[in-house]
Amino acid sequence: MRTLMKSTVLLAGTLLAGSAVAETIAITGATVHTVASAGTIENATIIVENGNITAVGAGIAAPDGARQIDASGKIVTPGLITPFGQIGLVEVGAVEGTVDFVQRGDQFSASFDPADAYNPRSTLVATNRIEGITHAVIAPQALEPDEFGNQSRVLSGLASIVQLSDDDFIVERGAAFVANLGETGSELAGGSRAAALMILRTAFDDARDYARNVQAYEQGNRRKYSISRNDLEALQDLLDGSKPLLVNVHRANDISTALRLADEYDLDLIVMGGIEAWMVADELAAADASVILDSLANLPGNFDRLNARLDAAAILSKAGVRFAIGGDGASQNHNARNITQAAGIAVANGLSWNAALEALTLAPAEMYGVDDRIGSIEAGKRGDLVIWAADPLELSSFPEQVFIGGEAVPMESRQTLLRDRYLDRDSDKPPAFR
Amino acid sequence: MKKITILAGFAWLMLAGCDMPGSTDGDAKDDNGDAPAPYASQYAALPSAATLLTGATVLTGTGERMDGADVLLRDGKIVQVGARISAGDAEVIDAKDMWITPGIIDVHSHLGVYPAPGVLAHGDGNEISSPNTAEVWAEHSVWPQDPSFVTALAGGITTLQILPGSANLFGGRSVTVKNVPGRSVQDMKFPGAPYGLKMACGENPKRVYGEIKGTAPSTRMGNVAGYRKAWIAAEDYRDKMEKADNGDGEAPVRDLQLETLVGVLDGEILVHNHCYRADEMAVMIDVAKEFGYRISTFHHAVEAYKIPDLLAENDICAAVWADWWGFKMEAYDGIRENAAMVDSAGACAIVHSDDERGIQRLNQETAKIMGAAARVDIDIPPEHAIRWITRNAAQALGIGGSVGTLEAGKMADVAVWDGNPFSVYSRVERVYIDGALVFHLDDSSVNPVTDFSLGTTAMTGGAK
Repeated sequence: MRTLMKSTVLLAGTLLAGSAVAETIAITGATVHTVASAGTIENATIIVENGNITAVGAGIAAPDGARQIDASGKIVTPGLITPFGQIGLVEVGAVEGTVDFVQRGDQFSASFDPADAYNPRSTLVATNRIEGITHAVIAPQALEPDEFGNQSRVLSGLASIVQLSDDDFIVERGAAFVANLGETGSELAGGSRAAALMILRTAFDDARDYARNVQAYEQGNRRKYSISRNDLEALQDLLDGSKPLLVNVHRANDISTALRLADEYDLDLIVMGGIEAWMVADELAAADASVILDSLANLPGNFDRLNARLDAAAILSKAGVRFAIGGDGASQNHNARNITQAAGIAVANGLSWNAALEALTLAPAEMYGVDDRIGSIEAGKRGDLVIWAADPLELSSFPEQVFIGGEAVPMESRQTLLRDRYLDRDSDKPPAFR
Repeated sequence: MKKITILAGFAWLMLAGCDMPGSTDGDAKDDNGDAPAPYASQYAALPSAATLLTGATVLTGTGERMDGADVLLRDGKIVQVGARISAGDAEVIDAKDMWITPGIIDVHSHLGVYPAPGVLAHGDGNEISSPNTAEVWAEHSVWPQDPSFVTALAGGITTLQILPGSANLFGGRSVTVKNVPGRSVQDMKFPGAPYGLKMACGENPKRVYGEIKGTAPSTRMGNVAGYRKAWIAAEDYRDKMEKADNGDGEAPVRDLQLETLVGVLDGEILVHNHCYRADEMAVMIDVAKEFGYRISTFHHAVEAYKIPDLLAENDICAAVWADWWGFKMEAYDGIRENAAMVDSAGACAIVHSDDERGIQRLNQETAKIMGAAARVDIDIPPEHAIRWITRNAAQALGIGGSVGTLEAGKMADVAVWDGNPFSVYSRVERVYIDGALVFHLDDSSVNPVTDFSLGTTAMTGGAK
């Protein structure tokens, strides 16, 4: 009989990552992929104090009292970032009461902030973090009208960044504004992708006008705007350049249109999905726009995606476009953990391994403007680290230990509990009594 | 939860149950052996030359691994697998550093019936007009110009079962095809493959009828009553037919729906039963016992790991994903070790796709399961794991005598990989079907391109 992982069959409460005061740790002996200027360091030591990385390099001595973790022969990477999805905003996709990422109706659009609904105790959190995901971008999503005819809007609301810990989980609230162009935009705008663009322009113009005339607006002396006061207020962060606009879009000319819009309003642009982004890679690079790539796309799923191809990541990389991997539905949410597989497939199709790791770590941190805190292993950043037994992109690979903010997370999930219960075949008790 | 078309791409898969099911007839003759039966296979193997692949790591699908081995294909058949085979007149291909496996078989796809592009006009996989549509045949929906056949080929897929969807208790007949795009489905039908019948448990039928249409079934017990009622009618039809054959009374009017169900009772049509939960699979086993039919395979079987003993006792395969979970309530308990736990208990495990992307890399889905299993000390070596997507799949489709392993005399359906197929970095370099080279990673001139893909830049499934 094989070894049972009895030791992991603990109380469900242990699934919660502890919030004890972070200790000083020293991880030694590993091959560390810093995704920073130091590159890959063999036999390196990483020091984490009070949750932050204070040193990384070869031949660094551990501070007195540090907990030493021997990672000889292992690989350490930054914690992985799932660059788009709804972890913690959904438990079971088809159980509507557990779905909190949809905005419908006229009252809010750009200002809709689903981070307030984020549930750190969702089973999606532990299931993904034990596979190396330390951070998730959680975003609103447009869906079809509800039974009362309430529509989702072209501007869906705000995406935020959370860390998959139990406390202090919001890393950046409202890190980007989410909008929809292409077929989705057309459907939301009433029948043309051009109308979706007009809705965006009108909203942005209204927000500018509002900013110049707040007092008049408050006194009822300003024309009627296309969006609510909350939305007018929220969009100021977009129009002053402090937050990027993330656009769900695939078709090459729609991406070009989004780039023109971004240029017109001086916006930072993130292309989400971007199946045909490779066709306008040079334009994207010149505009310093980013892409969250659906890197597994190679089929014409609809007429926005006719030129899908598996080497899109390699083409974007060559053109110098900043991109993250994880824009495909199969590596989001419940299976955000599959971004490593998606990255491996990109490597098999011509992307360099280092670029693939960057696309899972630093690139998303940069595009959302949080690379001062997360995304690489260097002094000053958070102690978000993953110790891997082998190549993290390989299918058989898995983390031996994940750290978030310098704390080791319990390497358990509801799935490991189910597994261990049903592996216990020698038990003569029914499963519920094991 | 319904997704907007554009965001989901293949959104109607979600609307109607993303898990949907298909079979074939072969060069069937009628009972008198005269004219070909209608809808018979017109598949003809492409021209092939004798080929000797040399020096590869060969996973035979029989459970064996042979290093530095040769594989000889001639006249569309596998002639020999082993060391230092004499080439004779065969073209010799140096396959050093490559891995050779049987062609990959997917027991669960909707290619052609839910093709790309996934526009509403193409949504031909679910006949959502009655909970029992055993009379429909998936092959009458298959669009052979679906570009997904080509991308699947680039993933090593040589045979696939195309199933109707899972909206209905009885979704209709499946069709098993060779992955060689033709002008019609008849051009692709796997010669001699038995038909399958798609049945569905659980949430989909009760949602589509009870919740959306306000008709039966609206509960799981309603689902089961629906199956039993249909089988009772099939028994009656069969008995009347038999009596009429014996000169006792008139034969009933031909009924396509009952004909398919009787085909199951007679053991000629194989049951492919979409079923997620362990308790529901246990009930379906009892339904099968009540009416004396056999279930070939539970599809999706997200909770198969809870009842591997039941599956083994009843000789039923579990065809599963590696790690899909949580998209609906009956998928909440999905775990990556599922197939490994089924397999290690002595039951038949299969990895399936139900997905136009997943079908391109069943090897990788298998590899994730191997990795997860290794964490709990279940060792699944490559020569064993390959059986989940070759030999076991062939058995489940009733074509185990012709494909699924690299054994002399079988159809020369072969995938050649540029490395270990269970590495994320490996790709299919060549695919042979009936001995003909139908895909080559570095030579798009030998690859098929469906009509729809003409003029786009992504024509050949990842080939350069």
